[in-house]
Amino acid sequence: MRRRFAAALTPYALIFPGGLWIAIFFVVPIVAMLSLSTMSGNLLTGFQQTFTFSNYADVLSLYHEQFIRSIIYGVIATVAVIAISYPMAYWISLYGGARKPTYLFLLLLPFFVTFVLRTLSWQFLLSDQGLLLGPLHNAGIVPSSFHILATSFAVISGLVYYSVPFMVLPIYVALERINREVLEAASDLYANKVQTFLKVVLPLSLPGVFAGVLLTFVPVTSDYISAQILGGTGQVMIGNVIETLYIQNSDYPQAAALSFVLMFALLLGIFAYARALGTEDVLEVSAA
Amino acid sequence: MSATTGSVTPEVGIPPGTGTTAAISLVGVAKEYTSRRGDSVRAVDGIDLTIGQGEFFSMLGPSGCGKTTTLRMIGGFEEATEGHVLLYGEDVTNTPPNRRDVNMVFQSYALFPHMDVFANVAFGLRRAKVSKHEITDRVKESLALVELSGMDKRKPSQLSGGQQQRVALARALVNRPRALLLDEPLGALDLKLRQTMQIELKRIQREVGITFVYVTHDQGEALTMSDRVAVMNGGRIEQLGTPKAIYERPATRFTAGFIGTSNIIEGTVERMDGNLAVLSVPGEGRAMVPIEAPHNGHIELTVRPEKISLCAEPPADGCALPGTVTEVVYLGTSTNYTVTTADGTEMVAFVQNDASARVDLDRGDRTWLCWRPEHGYALGGSGQVGSEGAS
Repeated sequence: MRRRFAAALTPYALIFPGGLWIAIFFVVPIVAMLSLSTMSGNLLTGFQQTFTFSNYADVLSLYHEQFIRSIIYGVIATVAVIAISYPMAYWISLYGGARKPTYLFLLLLPFFVTFVLRTLSWQFLLSDQGLLLGPLHNAGIVPSSFHILATSFAVISGLVYYSVPFMVLPIYVALERINREVLEAASDLYANKVQTFLKVVLPLSLPGVFAGVLLTFVPVTSDYISAQILGGTGQVMIGNVIETLYIQNSDYPQAAALSFVLMFALLLGIFAYARALGTEDVLEVSAA
Repeated sequence: MSATTGSVTPEVGIPPGTGTTAAISLVGVAKEYTSRRGDSVRAVDGIDLTIGQGEFFSMLGPSGCGKTTTLRMIGGFEEATEGHVLLYGEDVTNTPPNRRDVNMVFQSYALFPHMDVFANVAFGLRRAKVSKHEITDRVKESLALVELSGMDKRKPSQLSGGQQQRVALARALVNRPRALLLDEPLGALDLKLRQTMQIELKRIQREVGITFVYVTHDQGEALTMSDRVAVMNGGRIEQLGTPKAIYERPATRFTAGFIGTSNIIEGTVERMDGNLAVLSVPGEGRAMVPIEAPHNGHIELTVRPEKISLCAEPPADGCALPGTVTEVVYLGTSTNYTVTTADGTEMVAFVQNDASARVDLDRGDRTWLCWRPEHGYALGGSGQVGSEGAS
């Protein structure tokens, strides 16, 4: 009887530490922030809970431009990351041979350097007198009005650079899971290499792409480091706005409200994406 | 081996009774792998083989004997490092699988997990640009052949192992290939299902009349289904023949040991008695074996356990060896006796427990192992001719 009780308790014992962690550091702050977002007042007079939704209306009217820009950057960056990462994962999985672990390690190597430092090195590389543009400007190959830094291109490039490993890894795992005899079967059934890829490899690896998009789109859309270091005034993203509101303006209610708007927008987008291209459906569609 | 340049003429004749056209010919085919350290391993070491149209041909051998590599070279998944692969006389040695008119049933079935049964079976026809209407008809017909009608909307994951196996078979057969290659297709099934599928496979092969090349390590499977069997070992063909010939007249010690249980008695020819070589054996036993040409050297005599009876007294003629029962295994319809002879050779005899059963021995009992001389067989290299592949 005691043993059965202990056995029934085991699953809860396993989930308890992680559950507690999430409860303390995720659920509690979220509720606190939610409460903060409906307060009014300022830092000097103090914030009072007034259950007002004016913060939400205010941030939407004030910052919709940065909001839309973030979504657009997020979509462009995610698409670019897929375009870069898929061939990479494909090559490692199908042609990596015995060196696969080495390639994966190289892929993760940049993680050993902090993201801020890596992005700063991009600034160093891309600035008007930097390693790339400096010689080109001096030699007159490109006009002095040509910049890379403080452009959308620079910011999106930074986002893409940061996200590639998060896309490569899930796609790689999905490709690894494909039984190699299935590829031989496609070839046996008269499919050439392109057809084998389109009809068999790609559909079977889409769950990996799906996971990669989840891991990429959300952090990229709410990122603020890339825009801060590589962007200018015209590249401000919603993450930068939240940071400014919170750290510099100390307008906690607005910052909280904006965070929630962003969170719901992302959740909505991901939900719509999952509904449209859920793993099961992805496979159904591509089988035809 | 032979025919490395110039014309490629198969050297092994087409066996009688298996059609008139050679469906598949292997001429001096070898496959050498080079490891990363630079060592080379010959997985297939020079094979000459002709498989007739409509034949059920098996390659049988232990793992690592080269049977799967040979099959994969016929399918185009491995390229031969030497020799030629011919399909209906056409050299396809360097043709990729998608342009070879053969289809394969893979060991893991290799069904497309994201497609339903219909799409799996239709895959080859769609690539071959067969009309939609014809695809529907042929897929239905093919699924009926493997008794899976009405399953076309199921996903592979919703099917049992045996059903997946049938889909794999239908998916290959629907293309009406010139030969069907099967790589241990029944390996993952349980015994009962395997036996059912063996009979099914044979029925299907008779119905469609397509050449089957079947790879297995299971001698029972090979003997049950095949028109001919190639016993392989160390990348070479040890023996090629009908199941009966291979079982009853094994050419080598390897074949004798690999196919069924064999008793092997070694001895020297003492004298010839007609076409019988009389062997010198220790003790008061007698052992004779028919050989075709007089011979006076060392001989390995093999005799199958079911041909041996256990007698209380040595019979007036025929072979007889005295021994002591060292093991008794009761199997219901039969009993397996292990009898150790005077020189320590362990011999096995299967005694049927039928109506006339008279033998009832225990461990330690003295008995005589008796068999007709014509049931014995001298292994290849020791006199007998007419065994292909004997070394």
